[in-house]
Amino acid sequence: MPLRFEARAEASARMRYGSPLVAVLLTVAGGLVLFILLGRNPLHGFRVFFYDPVKDLYGVSELLLKATPLMLIATGLAVGFRANVWNIGAEGQFLMGAVAATGVALMFHDSTSMLVLPAMLVAGAIGGAAWAAIPAFLKTRCNTSEILVSLMLVYVAQFVVSWVVFGPWKDPQGFNFPQTVMFADSALLPVLIPGTRLTVAFLIAIAALVAGHFFMTRSYAGFQMQVTGQAEAAANYAGFSGPRTVWIGLVAGGALAGVAGMSEVAGPMGQLTDHASSGYGFAAIIVAFVGRLSALGIFFASLLMALLYMGGEQAQQHLNLPPAIGQVFQGMLLFFLLGADVFVNYRLRRSRAAP
Amino acid sequence: MTSRRAVIRTMGAALGAATLPFATVRRALAAEPVKVGFVYISPISDAGWTYQHDLGRKEMEKALAGKVQTKIVENVPEGPDAERVFRELAKDGHKLVFGTSFGYMNYMVKVAQQFPNNDFEHCTGYKTGKNLGIYNGRFYEGRYLCGIAAGRMTKSNVIGFVAAFPIPEVVMAINSFIRGARSVNPKAEMRVIWANTWYDPGKERAAAGTLVAQGADVLTHHTDSTAVAQAAEEKKVWVCAYHSNMAKYAPTRQLTASEEIWGGYYTKTVGRAIDGSWKPDHVWGGIRDGMIDIAPLNDAVPADAKAQIMKAREEIASGKLHPFAGPVVDQDGKARVAAGQTITDDALSKMDYYVEGVAGKLPKA
Repeated sequence: MPLRFEARAEASARMRYGSPLVAVLLTVAGGLVLFILLGRNPLHGFRVFFYDPVKDLYGVSELLLKATPLMLIATGLAVGFRANVWNIGAEGQFLMGAVAATGVALMFHDSTSMLVLPAMLVAGAIGGAAWAAIPAFLKTRCNTSEILVSLMLVYVAQFVVSWVVFGPWKDPQGFNFPQTVMFADSALLPVLIPGTRLTVAFLIAIAALVAGHFFMTRSYAGFQMQVTGQAEAAANYAGFSGPRTVWIGLVAGGALAGVAGMSEVAGPMGQLTDHASSGYGFAAIIVAFVGRLSALGIFFASLLMALLYMGGEQAQQHLNLPPAIGQVFQGMLLFFLLGADVFVNYRLRRSRAAP
Repeated sequence: MTSRRAVIRTMGAALGAATLPFATVRRALAAEPVKVGFVYISPISDAGWTYQHDLGRKEMEKALAGKVQTKIVENVPEGPDAERVFRELAKDGHKLVFGTSFGYMNYMVKVAQQFPNNDFEHCTGYKTGKNLGIYNGRFYEGRYLCGIAAGRMTKSNVIGFVAAFPIPEVVMAINSFIRGARSVNPKAEMRVIWANTWYDPGKERAAAGTLVAQGADVLTHHTDSTAVAQAAEEKKVWVCAYHSNMAKYAPTRQLTASEEIWGGYYTKTVGRAIDGSWKPDHVWGGIRDGMIDIAPLNDAVPADAKAQIMKAREEIASGKLHPFAGPVVDQDGKARVAAGQTITDDALSKMDYYVEGVAGKLPKA
């Protein structure tokens, strides 16, 4: 008997927030099956995957370190996504933020001033925002797709990074390897917990989440953007500016991605190399959606995503599972979330006689 | 084995008394196998850089059966995540941890300082510490021999090189290869395409096709996949493979391959970790040390050419022949090494020019 999807008149608000939890439960169930099929004790598997990475303070600090760029980027993306502004190029904006911050760090390499770090932070935000401004300009002027332009600029940004580390910013003592000098202490973010790698960037990410929350849910501009995203004609009728929505959506995403880039080079990397790109810009898209484009949701989703990365490493080291295992879990999570969302918005009906 | 680069010593010293003899002896209990970790940049697969390291690991495991227990972590990117992987291995009791990609360097330096009771070995880096040694292969020696084979077999006198990034290791490979070729065929010329990637079969393949279209009838590569070997087989041109013997992928067209052989080194180094005599070293080993060699030559190579290649192999091993013995003239005609002199290891490791016979310009800042 044929089945078809029928749109629900109104999606249940409770289930809208419930579906990420359903997705997490299904992912756990999928993991259970996976571990059994691979011949591993599932309880031991889950312990290694989800508990061992965070069983001590150092593990927790690593989790927060890994989640920090995800939180920053996803918050910025959510601002745009809520208004149907699809910035897919956060990875490129992340890199350009890293490049701009590195530029400041190298320019003031001999300085011990307290102002180097704030300057790097501002430079990172501007670098990312400027990169995101390109698709915003083209979208508002020429009506190009911001999805395509922002995505393709990721590859351009990767070449910019390659160029600076192979070229003008190459460490002269580095045997021609593609890397800058290690930053001076004044250009490194202070560590929050001694003996770990967690920097004050985590606090910046929390501040960004709070600010993002108020902007998206409490401010007039945020409201205008949401209306524009949901019903452009209504927004125009109300006199809300479409181009302004595009600009705010992209530049907010770019600026926070740029800050995330800065926090990587001034944090755990301590220099710029041609491996600065680690996929945070793309992973943050998943985080933003799993987090329902809300600040609190993004906070938890970025922790979960970071845990999946670290669990994947642990599973490789302690269960002798292939490195793809972490990605399998990430993929399952997104798949089940999208699947659950379908059922939030639609119901399954038996078709009557074919029309 | 050869102690490496005076410059590095000073850097190592700056990093904290690198060259001080490290006296602590940490003897393992006889019954307990010593845990050794390996961190790889890519999946092991069945050819290439990581595959060769894993062959070496297996050989070592066999040679030291019962005394050692190894752990592999593969596909570890050269970013901040690497630090966590090294830390975890050290914390988990791996007495010796090998990292086999350049980009792990600064992370290994940090972890080595945090775990003074574990030892670390970094392949292709240049920073050392009191519990961090470095090792690398003289890849250019194998390249020179491949170059002789290519110089003898080319009809068009054009050799195509698919290169990854313009770092000294790759520039050295290009230069050594063409010097080998021109030692037997002064008309040979090298064309280079920079793929700007270590591993991208699609790009490597496209580059190989372009080089063949430009008239190259011998190809070689400094990238990690088997794409160039496969392209050569399809296009009926010769290929000198790199990292691994790729005869499986180019059964009729592989002339030979320049291979890295890590088994002996790993066996010796891990053996020292077991008996407590491990010390940080700078090893840059070549044919003489059994760390570099070439794959069996194709039957199509004439007997006299084979003899030429094997003679050069003996002479490199004995030290009589150096691929960069003077005169070394760059492509602009400037003498880089005078006749009668031999290039220093330091100059080699900073090489940033093409020698004569290479067409095009080296990408520069």
